[in-house]
Amino acid sequence: MTVSTLQNALPEKISIKNLKFFYGDNLALKSINLPLYEKKVTAFIGPSGCGKSTLLRVLNRMYDLYPKQHAEGEVLFDGGNILAPNQDLNLLRARIGMVFQKPTPFPMSIYDNIAFGIRLYENLSRTEMDERVEAALTRGALWNEVKDKLHSSGLSLSGGQQQRLCIARSIAVRPEVVLFDEPCSALDPISTSKIEELIDELTADYTIAIVTHNMQQAARVSDYTAFMYLGELIEFDETSKIFTAPSDKRTQDYITGRFG
Amino acid sequence: MSEHIVTRYDDELRDVQRRIAEMGGMAERLVDLSVRALTRLDTTIANSVIADDRRLDQVQRECEELAIMIIARRQPMALDLREVIGAMRISNDLERIGDLAKNIAKRVLALDGQFQSKRFITGVEHMAELSLAQLKDVLDAYAARDVNQAFEVWRRDADIDSMYTSLFRELLTYMMEDPRNITLCTHLLFCAKNIERIGDHATNIAETVHYVVTGEALTQDRPKQDESSVTSVSYETR
Repeated sequence: MTVSTLQNALPEKISIKNLKFFYGDNLALKSINLPLYEKKVTAFIGPSGCGKSTLLRVLNRMYDLYPKQHAEGEVLFDGGNILAPNQDLNLLRARIGMVFQKPTPFPMSIYDNIAFGIRLYENLSRTEMDERVEAALTRGALWNEVKDKLHSSGLSLSGGQQQRLCIARSIAVRPEVVLFDEPCSALDPISTSKIEELIDELTADYTIAIVTHNMQQAARVSDYTAFMYLGELIEFDETSKIFTAPSDKRTQDYITGRFG
Repeated sequence: MSEHIVTRYDDELRDVQRRIAEMGGMAERLVDLSVRALTRLDTTIANSVIADDRRLDQVQRECEELAIMIIARRQPMALDLREVIGAMRISNDLERIGDLAKNIAKRVLALDGQFQSKRFITGVEHMAELSLAQLKDVLDAYAARDVNQAFEVWRRDADIDSMYTSLFRELLTYMMEDPRNITLCTHLLFCAKNIERIGDHATNIAETVHYVVTGEALTQDRPKQDESSVTSVSYETR
């Protein structure tokens, strides 16, 4: 892998060390070493099947839901190892939230979509809960559009609104890291811009990792970019460097549309 | 470099390159002709330079439009991005070089006469040779994407600058010798300045070649030898 001498070493929120991942006997990630810097956006790019979504799913142990998948190595998160067998998965997933490719609102009201997660961890009064829901929806750039219909179904919203609802839901439980797995691939350009604007705003408080097939989106929203190919991390650098003058020929070929 | 998955993209990039090559040839020719018109005080050649510069301007606009379309359509990245930005910059430099040649040609029309002596023009002629060689070299460097050759051009601009400074002194001296030389020498001084500027555009192109190939700007300070702005020639009263 090519890593240029990144200047001022930033604090690492998550440090991935020698991470290997297996689907059964199939090695899907080959010894990945990668930092996620605190309150920065890191984009994972690469052709289909390169392992970028797999990598994202390791970060909150999503793979535990499936049999025959396992990870080796270390993923340090504030000192602890995410991969440790005694890791409290519910707590982990509250601290590391995730937003998926297709909006996944719960089949309940907009209000309850947000309140649901909070109720799992905290016991709040009615007023406190109202405030938390409003704060999360405001943060998710959705409040103005839904404040008069908080008790209609989350499924009644448009696709872009549903996705913002999911973002609001994941930040309602006050995570430290938010993972985005192609959050805009099912959205129109306007909704996409709103999500990107939201990601910009979220970096004030959160560390963000985003998987995207849209190269321009990676260039627009991220501070750092990791290019992956066939389960390997090929190049990791500042986004401005990756998209103007990448060091590795494979990175250059991919982002200029010469293979994929 | 291997080709894009979208072949039309390759065609578009090649279209831009073709325009740059065409402009390069035209700019060289215009500079050469304008200096020839000056040394021979040939108004026919001068008029053809003025007319042909329009064609250069037109190709520059085409080149720019193509580059803008590529940016809009393809959102070029990495090397492709640098190629497109480089082409836009170089086409600007070449268009400016054409303007400077045209300005020399216009002065030939204004001079409308003969030199009293060949000695006035030899310095300008020699400078023009150097500038033309620089232009030719940098266009070759661009065509071959040769950073070393581009760097050589960039370094050699100092020679043209120092030649300009000494020519400035020389022409001032002629003017002091005989006020009847003032009109001619002033025009020659502007022509010399134009030629010096052509050299500067060649070094701009050299910097662009460096950026296109390496992705990094040439940041060191270029040795500056044009001291005419701080040069004085003392006038001795007899």
